[in-house]
Amino acid sequence: MPSERKKLDLAAVRALLNGKTNGRDYWRNLEDLASTPEFEELMEREFPRQAIGWSEDEDSVEGRRNFLKMMGASLALAGLTACTRQPTEHIAPYVRQPEELVPGRPLFYATATTLNGVATGVLAESHEGRPTKIEGNPEHPGSLGAADAFMQASVLTMYDPDRSKTLSYNGEIRGWGDFFSTLGEILAVQRTKSGAGIRILTETITSPTMANQIAAIQKLYPAAKFHQWEPAGTHSARAGATQAFGQPVNTYYDLSKANVIVALDSDFLASGHGSLRYARQFSARRRVQGGQTSMNRLYAVEPLPSSTGARADHRLPLRANDIEEFAWALATNLKVANGPTKGENWDIYKWIPGIGKDLQQNAGASLVIAGDYQPPIVHALAHAMNEKLGNVGKTVFYTDPLEVNAQDQLASLQDLVKDLDAGAVDLLLILGGNPAFNAPVELGMGDRLQKAHMRAHLSLYDDETSEICQWRLPETHYLETWGDARAFDGTVTLQQPLIQPLYEGRSALQLLQMLTVDPEASPYAIVKGYWGSQHKGADFENWWRKSVHDGLIADSALPTKTPALHGGAISSPSEKPKMAGKLEVIFRPDPSIYDGRFANNGWLQELPKPVTKITWDNAAIMSPATAHQLGVLKETLNAGDEGVPMVELNYRGRTIKAPVWAQPGQVDGCVVLHLGYGRTRAGRTGTGMGFNPYGFRTANALWHDVGLIAKQTSGSYEIATTQNDHVLDTRRQIIQSGTLAEYLKDPESIRAGAEGPPRGLTMYPEWKYEGYAWGMAIDLNACTGCSACIAACQAENNIAVVGKDQVRRGRAMHWLRVDSYYHGGVNNPEIHNQPVPCMQCENAPCELVCPVQATNHSAEGLNDMVYNRCVGTRYCSNNCPYKVRRFNFYLFSDYETPSLKLLHNPDVTVRSRGVMEKCTYCVQRINHAKIEAEKEGRTVREGEIQTACQATCPTEAIVFGDTNDPNSRVSKMKAEKLNYGLLADLNTRPRTTYLASLRNPNPELEA
Amino acid sequence: MSQIFHHSTNTFARITIFGAIFVIAFLTWAFDELNRSAYETRATVPREQPVPFSHAHHAGGMGIDCRYCHTGVETSSFANIPPTKTCMNCHSQIWSTSPTLEPVRASFRTGDSILWTRVNDLPDFVYFNHSIHVNKGVGCEICHGRVDKMPLTWQEASLQMDWCLECHRHPERVLRPREFVTTMGYTPAGDQEEIGRRLMNEYHIRSTRELTSCSTCHR
Repeated sequence: MPSERKKLDLAAVRALLNGKTNGRDYWRNLEDLASTPEFEELMEREFPRQAIGWSEDEDSVEGRRNFLKMMGASLALAGLTACTRQPTEHIAPYVRQPEELVPGRPLFYATATTLNGVATGVLAESHEGRPTKIEGNPEHPGSLGAADAFMQASVLTMYDPDRSKTLSYNGEIRGWGDFFSTLGEILAVQRTKSGAGIRILTETITSPTMANQIAAIQKLYPAAKFHQWEPAGTHSARAGATQAFGQPVNTYYDLSKANVIVALDSDFLASGHGSLRYARQFSARRRVQGGQTSMNRLYAVEPLPSSTGARADHRLPLRANDIEEFAWALATNLKVANGPTKGENWDIYKWIPGIGKDLQQNAGASLVIAGDYQPPIVHALAHAMNEKLGNVGKTVFYTDPLEVNAQDQLASLQDLVKDLDAGAVDLLLILGGNPAFNAPVELGMGDRLQKAHMRAHLSLYDDETSEICQWRLPETHYLETWGDARAFDGTVTLQQPLIQPLYEGRSALQLLQMLTVDPEASPYAIVKGYWGSQHKGADFENWWRKSVHDGLIADSALPTKTPALHGGAISSPSEKPKMAGKLEVIFRPDPSIYDGRFANNGWLQELPKPVTKITWDNAAIMSPATAHQLGVLKETLNAGDEGVPMVELNYRGRTIKAPVWAQPGQVDGCVVLHLGYGRTRAGRTGTGMGFNPYGFRTANALWHDVGLIAKQTSGSYEIATTQNDHVLDTRRQIIQSGTLAEYLKDPESIRAGAEGPPRGLTMYPEWKYEGYAWGMAIDLNACTGCSACIAACQAENNIAVVGKDQVRRGRAMHWLRVDSYYHGGVNNPEIHNQPVPCMQCENAPCELVCPVQATNHSAEGLNDMVYNRCVGTRYCSNNCPYKVRRFNFYLFSDYETPSLKLLHNPDVTVRSRGVMEKCTYCVQRINHAKIEAEKEGRTVREGEIQTACQATCPTEAIVFGDTNDPNSRVSKMKAEKLNYGLLADLNTRPRTTYLASLRNPNPELEA
Repeated sequence: MSQIFHHSTNTFARITIFGAIFVIAFLTWAFDELNRSAYETRATVPREQPVPFSHAHHAGGMGIDCRYCHTGVETSSFANIPPTKTCMNCHSQIWSTSPTLEPVRASFRTGDSILWTRVNDLPDFVYFNHSIHVNKGVGCEICHGRVDKMPLTWQEASLQMDWCLECHRHPERVLRPREFVTTMGYTPAGDQEEIGRRLMNEYHIRSTRELTSCSTCHR
């Protein structure tokens, strides 16, 4: 009960901030670190808060009598429902069955997703024409078989019942014919003035087909203007390249050859173009297994702990503003710039000589990566350093820009604003994007856009921009239409539809086509027609079929080039703005809903954000010390059920109220605001969640600025975080880690203390698993905590979304969770991520306590869960030491919404209320592979079964296989000296084990 | 104090107490019987269909192999209900004007599926796979009965779990050589159990423990 909880006192808070770790090696959060009695209690509990408590709408129901009434009623109802007969079902076979389609067997098609215009190849699984699941395309250079959480969740967006479904004009439903004739009239007028009144605003475009269309339109309407705006685009990288080389270039990396990497506020392992590939290459160089004894070394400098920072061997928390100084200092050390060698903030300079030496020793095999959100000069300095180190052509590659008409998007947007103000815009076509919501605030796009005489917005959702446009045009999802786009290295990736548009949508390609001489061409004809004109040589049809089948056009990567560094690229450091008692404000796209485009996606909203584990919200994220300065730390830590305190943020005369989140490892003196929340017209899921930091974001400070004032204000806010859910006792060797040097010296030392009891220590006879014995090994040294596995699991296993209130009660249904642990002081702790699925214990405590035998052991060692037997006593969950079982407290699954019925994986039961569920090791995939193998009269091959989490993991941290086969990857991993079981001392014999995390610190910096 | 109850009340009480046992036993038995009855399982009850398709005529009379229509049975979990096109392969030539077949022609004309009523309907939490059973020598008639003698198709077995487990515990009682899988009215050439055990070995049938693991059918 909240009132009885002992509060953290001020002394404990002070001790925390002084870095006193209370003898704790690893800790989950600040309360844990301070060892408060509440946290001790939390650990003892299966659920963090009143699991038996009622939902908000049921607060009036309380007391024993009501409980008994409900029990009686539900027993009676349960008895009655058991007496129903199966309802009659119908079968609707095909009229003409497609040749390659066998009902009951899924088909996979290669297609492409884009983010910020840049494509990643994926394989979409189709069940009788319904796309249900996304996997990475192993043949695509940007995917290598992996997919991120956005891709995994994209199928939900397609089936989202809130999507824009009809075309409307001023709120009245119209048809495409009406729009077409209106457009025709406007175009007829425009043709006489060579299109001077036409403006087309898009997101970043990399599609070669669209480039061709734009060229054709510009030929017809030479005075028409094209603008691009991507709120979380690579504006700085583009400007930085222009500054360094005098021309915009696209930069990409090869991490497989990099021994030493310096990340300047770059989260290259989990966000940005090519991150899936980088994560794969990076982790392959850290796998100290099978004889490999070397590791790369990563230095990360960043304000907020990111997935990349969590994997760094040396992480230096610096304000975003100080990173420029750090870059100057490093560049000076490497003799490519004339910057300071010391300054007020010693933190910036303390590691420079060591890092500089390390880089130089690995010249040609090192890498400096500037983050997308750092100013152009940092990019220019990184280019100069990479050139000096001889990395260009080895670990760094340059190509022409990926975008069509690479332009300064901000200048382009401001140009549009000028024209709008001048009343020069007769027709404004907004193709995708949501500029009214996400353009810099001082442009006042919401009002400005209305100065265009005719406005049309093509969009997946009826959003903030649609609201102010006369024509609202429904857009097709990428799984519904043809298209193409370039990947991180320029590889042309083909986007192939899997399903007819669910609604009346059309694509941006089709809309642009309306402005050309052949306005009614189908998307297929447009894309194929363009590539037909590009293809040299005969046999186009075969080439085209192969390209569509592979999902990419072979050898279409842009040729690399080596642009020369501009003479005056790097002058001297500019004056750094003074803090003057104010705070730094940092804007970042949200890790789960990005720039706001995924706000209506329940899977992403409920996905615990890496590191903070916040769901459904954003917050003013600051370091505990900064929170303490503002006088809100104590309340933040004692938040409990009452909610965290609010602060009033004041920046450039604008004010926002935001809840406080104290994040260990964040640098002092800055506040991170994640963009994308505070949507007013996102749909039923996304509208009204969080607050809107775009209200602060101006054109000259897109990513960070000094000058934020924060002060505590009245009110509190309930944040749903999963960091306090399913807590394990950190004193019990949950995380094992060490350094590479320690490991090489004494391999057994890393996992010391985590050994299980000897196998003979049991009263029962040893059970021999004949045949297969499925097991999993999770390499903590590879996991970045990106959480793609959670999204993949959710899509594969029909896991329901429960909503913020239920998440707050610890009832999130994710079968797989990624726990974050900290090690060391509050200011700059090491961060360890640990994915926790069901351990599939051989001696499973859950099985013994089930009164109805709903959970049993399979012959292959799986801990089976039989939903139809489960009566919901929750004894199993109570008895699970790993807290991996999830209970359907309510009817979380959606059986009603027609479009969402299509989304479900037909091979997995959709669970109803009152049923326990948990990770099954994707038993549907195991069974499928076993059946296929049996039919061919062989055993299941190594690698044939990939669990959903394993398949999507960018770093290959999760490996699944047959532990009875000594040659399987999983057996080899389990034989490593880094292998340990979670809570193995309980003699549960978990089938899921972990490989301890290793770091490779630079001994020179350790002193 | 005088007696409130007469002597005979003792007998009455005895009858009630012991009688209750019989009453409860009877009710349990009745419920169990009802639960297994054709009323509950709908086994052996012919089902109305939009077109009165006769397996007796097509499979029995004409001798069309099961797999001519149920094309997925060897490769997929679902045996497949044939597309309208399969019907029209023949019925565009024969009985092409029959009023009974109008729904079939209408489907072919309009592109709308014929809405068949499902006969063998397992609960949604059971994941049955046709292909593995057929490939391991479980004949169609083992589960579906003598389809070649069904004018209107009915469900032959109860499709209840104990019925599934009978074979999963004793596969040797039902296995037949693969080449006889679609044969109707198959008689084993010798002792069934002996042949069954030989086939179990030959077809690498998994152990009973594996076949009766929960996740074999439930997931």
